[in-house]
Amino acid sequence: MYKSWWKILGAVLVTYSTIFGFLAPVPALPILHQSIRNLYFHVPMWFSMIVLFSVSVFHSIKYLSKSDEKSDIKAVQSVNAGIIFGILGLVTGAIWARFTWGQAWSFDVKQNFAAIAMLLYFAYLVLRNAIDEEQKRAKISAIYNIFAFPMMVVLLFVLPRLSDSLHPGNGGNPGFNSYDLDSRMRMIFYPACLGWILIGYWIYTLLFRVSSLEKKS
Amino acid sequence: MKTLLTTVLMLLMTSQLFAQDQDSALVKTLYSSERIYVVVVCVALILFGLLFFLFSIDKRLKKIEKKSSDKN
Repeated sequence: MYKSWWKILGAVLVTYSTIFGFLAPVPALPILHQSIRNLYFHVPMWFSMIVLFSVSVFHSIKYLSKSDEKSDIKAVQSVNAGIIFGILGLVTGAIWARFTWGQAWSFDVKQNFAAIAMLLYFAYLVLRNAIDEEQKRAKISAIYNIFAFPMMVVLLFVLPRLSDSLHPGNGGNPGFNSYDLDSRMRMIFYPACLGWILIGYWIYTLLFRVSSLEKKS
Repeated sequence: MKTLLTTVLMLLMTSQLFAQDQDSALVKTLYSSERIYVVVVCVALILFGLLFFLFSIDKRLKKIEKKSSDKN
C-alpha cells in the first residue's frame, strides 16, 4: 500500500493506453467507426470496479472472521472507490450508446442491470449510514456485502447473456473479441485494463489511509 | 535593475523569430493528421495533471502518517 512501483506502473500504462488509444489504427466497423476506441476507456472502468468490489467482499469476510476494524475501513473504502468507477462506466456507456444505439438509455438489459448493480452498492452505503454503533455497522454491512457481490456478478454477467441486448457479448452479439482478432486492439486494451485497475486500487488505498488517519485523530 | 534591463533586452532579441513564416516541425505535426494530435496533447495534459495530483496526495499522506506514527 505504501510502495510506489505499482503506482508508477499504473500511471505509465494508463498514459500509454490513452495516447495510443487515440493514435493506433483500429478496425473499420460500421456504426462504431472511431468510437470503437472507447473500448480502451469504458471497459477498464468496469474491470476496475469489479476488482475493487472483490477487494471489498474479501475484507468483509475477513472482518467477520477476525473483527479487525481495519478490515471494515478497507471494505467500505474499496466500495467507495468501486462506485466511482461504476458510475464512470455507466456514464461513458450511456454517452457511447447515444451515438451508436441511438439513445443514451435504451433500457437495454445490460444497462438496466448495471444500474441495478450500482444501486445495490449505494444501498450498502445507505445501510452503513443507518447504523450508529461501530461494530454493529461493520458486521451488518459485511453480511450485506457478501450478498451484494454475487448478486452484482449475476446481474452483470449472467442475466444479460440470457436475453436480447445490443451490448457486445450479450443477446447473441459477438463479444468484442471478434473485433480485435488481429490483436492490434488487444495490445492497448490489456495494458489499459491493468493500468486502470492499478489506478483504481491506488485511489482505494488513498481513501483508506485518509480514513485511518481520521479515525486515529 | 541592471539584471531586469538586460533580461528585457535579451528577450527583445527573440522578436527576430516572428519574421519566420516557416512553421517548426512540432507545429507542423500538430496541424497534420486531422489534428488528432491536438486532442492527444490535451488529453495527455489532463491525465498528467490528475496523476501528478494523485502522487502529491500520496506524498502528503506519507508525511502525515510518519508524523502520526512518530508521535505514538
